[in-house]
Amino acid sequence: MLLEAVYHRYGYDFRHYARASLTRRINHLFQRSGLKHLSEMIPKVLHEELFFDQFLNHMSITVTEMFRDPYFFAAIREKVIPALRTYPFIKIWHAGCSTGEEVYSMAIALKEEEFYDRSQIYATDYNKKSLFIAQEGIYSISYMQQYIDNYNKAGGKCSLSDYCFAKYKSVKMSDSLKENITFAHHNLTTDGVFGEMNLIICRNTLIYFDRTLQDRVLNLFADSLCYGGFLCLGTKETLDFSTVKNQFETLSKREKIFKKIT
Amino acid sequence: MSLEHSYRAIVIGVSAGGLEALSLILPELPESFALPIIVVQHLCEGRENNIPKYLNSKSSILVKEADEKEVIQPGTVYLAPAGYHLLIETDRSLSLSLDPRVNYARPSIDILFESAADVYEEELIGIILTGANNDGSHGLRKIKQLGGLTIVQDPVTAASDCMPLMAIQATEVDHILALEEIGPFLRRFHSTL
Repeated sequence: MLLEAVYHRYGYDFRHYARASLTRRINHLFQRSGLKHLSEMIPKVLHEELFFDQFLNHMSITVTEMFRDPYFFAAIREKVIPALRTYPFIKIWHAGCSTGEEVYSMAIALKEEEFYDRSQIYATDYNKKSLFIAQEGIYSISYMQQYIDNYNKAGGKCSLSDYCFAKYKSVKMSDSLKENITFAHHNLTTDGVFGEMNLIICRNTLIYFDRTLQDRVLNLFADSLCYGGFLCLGTKETLDFSTVKNQFETLSKREKIFKKIT
Repeated sequence: MSLEHSYRAIVIGVSAGGLEALSLILPELPESFALPIIVVQHLCEGRENNIPKYLNSKSSILVKEADEKEVIQPGTVYLAPAGYHLLIETDRSLSLSLDPRVNYARPSIDILFESAADVYEEELIGIILTGANNDGSHGLRKIKQLGGLTIVQDPVTAASDCMPLMAIQATEVDHILALEEIGPFLRRFHSTL
């Protein structure tokens, strides 16, 4: 009922999110809210903008890091970028970009493969707060050691610190990485195709959706990819249950990189 | 405990000492064992996880890593992949999550047990084995609250007694069993699947 109310009032559709983890997040928010009954959350979410913001942020908690799953980025360098070199210009869509760490990681990999200048990256998310953070490109310095390890494992050719500068407890990504990135609001559950892409990355977002919504989103990706384009999913995600399965062949079974063959 | 009571699933939580514990229990189960078993074992995230393969080679029933959206089948053991929380949906499928760690753990035993309790209620058996932290106490308590059967490995026989002890403190557990008694105990349960 809460999800129906949110959809009708705000247009955000959580009705086909995977129920178990969604229920957990809602219960967590409920416990922190101090309310006595779950049903009290409905009027609060509908009428109090601040509470709705909290709700929205709770629904999109994502854990991310620079060069997460470093071998994925290594596969991008070794298999995907060489295949895309035939194009004079490519478009990349980072769907569900969260706070941007993986977008900047892609930008760095493209720079080092001397492909950045021929790329336009669209980084989208439905959470405006995450988008803002992504646009700023400022992260806590406490994660840097992990990020440096990841960068090296991913085949980094220089040093991660070449692409950012540190001040006090933060690290800011350099502006040169942002030049070819457009950050925009896009909701995978409700919005449509906005361009024809050569590469779509959507990692560890689909696990939060049920099969119906996963299929909707995978169809959206198939419609947004040109022939020979690549789709990259999270390491535990699959095309197996979707209606677009036969439009793709597998480029990397382990890193979940698929090539569109229709 | 009533043998007429029909159970439909077993969940197991284990941490430090897990491989030995599971290696002792799973081979005890016959090929005809009908209940599915879903396991969270605290693991280090690494490139390869050979534990499912290893345990599968020692068991008569199928042991595998849980796959995203996989529907739970009878007589199969599902192991949570390293670094992901494992949850059960109302349609008896498995789903993964990358939510933050709970009690420093991902996969978290509490998360599995709580979602399993919601789905299976009194038709669930929950087992806490050896471990060095307190993950699983809340989950086991919820299983008990919803009418399920709760079993904890006797702390005296555990490689790490912390997790069993915390579980026993949090709930009035139905059975405290030595490690080698657990396999034979489970053999007595057949579901009407």
